[in-house]
Amino acid sequence: MALSAKSAAARSAAAPRGAASRARTVRVAALSTEKSNPYMEELRATANYIATRGKGILASDESNATTGKRLATVGVDNTEDNRRAWRELLYTAPGLGQYISGAIMFDETLFQSTAGGVQFVDVLKKQGILPGIKVDTGLEVIPGTDGETSTQGLDGLGERCARYYKQGARFAKWRAVLKVGSSTTAILENAHGLARYAQIAQANGLVPIVEPEVTLGPGTYTIEENAYWSEKINSHVMRLLNEYGVVLDAILLKPNMCLPGLDAPTASPADVAKYTVRTMLRSIPPAVPGIHFLSGGMSEEESTLNLQALQEACPNSPWSLTFSYGRALQSSTLKTWAGKKENADKAQDILVQLARANSQAQLGKYKGPHPVPGGGRILQALRTGGPGK
Amino acid sequence: MALTMKSGLKAAAPARGRSVSVRASAYDSELIATANKIATAGRGILAMDESNATCGKRLQSIGLENTEDSRRTYRELLVTTPGLGKYISGAIMFEETLFQKTSTGKRMTECLTEQGIVPGIKVDKGLVPLANSNGESWCMGLDGLDTRCGDYYKAGARFAKWRSVVSIPAGPSQIALRDCAYGLARYAAIAQNAGLVPIVEPEVLLDGEQDIDQCLEVQEAIWAETFKYMADNKVMFEGILLKPAMVTPGADAKVKSSPETVAAYTLKMLRRRVPPAVPGIMFLSGGQSELEATLNLNAMNQSPNPWHVSFSYARALQNSVLKTWQGKPENYKAAQESLLQRAKANSDAQLGKYDASGESAAAGERTYEKGYKY
Repeated sequence: MALSAKSAAARSAAAPRGAASRARTVRVAALSTEKSNPYMEELRATANYIATRGKGILASDESNATTGKRLATVGVDNTEDNRRAWRELLYTAPGLGQYISGAIMFDETLFQSTAGGVQFVDVLKKQGILPGIKVDTGLEVIPGTDGETSTQGLDGLGERCARYYKQGARFAKWRAVLKVGSSTTAILENAHGLARYAQIAQANGLVPIVEPEVTLGPGTYTIEENAYWSEKINSHVMRLLNEYGVVLDAILLKPNMCLPGLDAPTASPADVAKYTVRTMLRSIPPAVPGIHFLSGGMSEEESTLNLQALQEACPNSPWSLTFSYGRALQSSTLKTWAGKKENADKAQDILVQLARANSQAQLGKYKGPHPVPGGGRILQALRTGGPGK
Repeated sequence: MALTMKSGLKAAAPARGRSVSVRASAYDSELIATANKIATAGRGILAMDESNATCGKRLQSIGLENTEDSRRTYRELLVTTPGLGKYISGAIMFEETLFQKTSTGKRMTECLTEQGIVPGIKVDKGLVPLANSNGESWCMGLDGLDTRCGDYYKAGARFAKWRSVVSIPAGPSQIALRDCAYGLARYAAIAQNAGLVPIVEPEVLLDGEQDIDQCLEVQEAIWAETFKYMADNKVMFEGILLKPAMVTPGADAKVKSSPETVAAYTLKMLRRRVPPAVPGIMFLSGGQSELEATLNLNAMNQSPNPWHVSFSYARALQNSVLKTWQGKPENYKAAQESLLQRAKANSDAQLGKYDASGESAAAGERTYEKGYKY
């Protein structure tokens, strides 16, 4: 199948050496991004740092509306100052940085300071915690689907990322929401959004956390079905990341663990681990430094036990199998605080204990007892409706 | 504790998920066992599946006629090499050879299995010009593939191989890239359903002046495409093996790369594109000299990899054998010895322990032919 001399000659006559690449129609996106992106080395270092073994992410990027709902459960009003005080409690918890390598923030929070006037980004950096930022602007229903959603936020994303980088953020997060039985339309739309976001984030110095969440939902679907859909969805996400030239060495993944439906019997940590590990082995190339599982409604103890089981099921995993927990780190912390200054120390202590338990679990060394044993699922409704909601 | 949805959102409909068949074929555990048997430490594949025409070229180069008998004699020399099974875990055959017997009436497949070598079979029907491309090829063989694979399984084959090619000087064009990946995916699904572990080989040809960065770019593209279509076709990754080309500069590139550079680029590509579920990656030699192929493999095995990283060499194992044999009975044993030597060298390389100091000059000879037809 050698090229004919004639066509070769014609090509070299029409296209001098330097322009030979014009004849090539394969996208050069990945390579040119890697070589021309001035942030590339920093992005890789950031991703690797966040995926340090024994550490994970604190997800604290709830929108103002969602934060309000959380505060309401402990009788605290949804004001900017209360939201600020709540986050201050989290970020100033002594010793948190031993177990937490990154904290995801909401837009408002990234620019806030402690009561004493120290910027949150500085508080975090001092703890050895990298500041991250949620950059999507919420979910919207895809017309013509059965209530399936698309994630918004591509407009002006480049600018936003640059501004966040300037403020001190070093990683970003974008949450796509899918389900067992998602339509191809929804899968492609969400995978596309994730890939474009990731590409733009990398171009502006932020490591993208790629989150294709297959939500823990109602129904009696089995853990095998969840695994099948998670694998299928991950496959689409990875292929689009490749299409858009996203450098996999400089992303983090935030998937769900494989769980059966809410109306089916709970799976043991060993089963969760077996299916989750299988799914990751089949769909995630080793270049990705960290896989930070979301807690997505699992109880605090469940989140830790399942994380421990993952290490046992995959002792030589090429990526860090770790956590990016919101509810599983905050729920009891919030209840303990209940908005009262006198409870702050105790609340911070609970947070650090929870972080330590999950850190130990990441290392495969968790033995218990759990700081908050026997808790129930911590569920929230899916919301749609645009920015800030 | 059921989740209550906000009004305005219908509850999720799980019905679609229930009717999905999660992949499970009768051969799944056997496929995994076979793949893992081939991908064992210190072992790799002997590719001896040259078509009759190509095998003929080899034989003619040492003054032998291209007859079924001479092809049989040559393949017998290979499969009866004593001790070969220590370094070789699989041998890929051409159809004729799969059904052949040695001069003592023993089946070729039996010679292999009694050495612990898994018999494999080339199942593609060769390359032909691809319409509307840049002079590129596509690989035929899907028609009747399921039946063929079934027959090969009955004859003792336990893995299959399909070689598609990608040309960097030609682009590759989008059409060629897609077809290469898609054909491989369909073949892989069919092979698995017939109990054969598919070796997935989209060979990025050595031909051309491209530098190593351009090769990396094309390799990343073809593997992304191939895994994409394999996932769509429900190929079980725990039961496949890959046969990539290493990431190297082209044959006519101005700058050559050291084994360490080849290793770094190749591992980077693999880490970005190959899920750890795949048990083994068996590199083709594609025109590299025997020495180059071994040195490069050795450089890739200096630290643990998430998959078995090994060899599936044809020219880089057979070149010295042919030269030593020259078709003469008096050289038969020496030729077998030479095969064993090359197999051991590559076994050492798979373990990251290869020492090149004992090698002859012949090992450094280029086996590259421009526009090579397999």
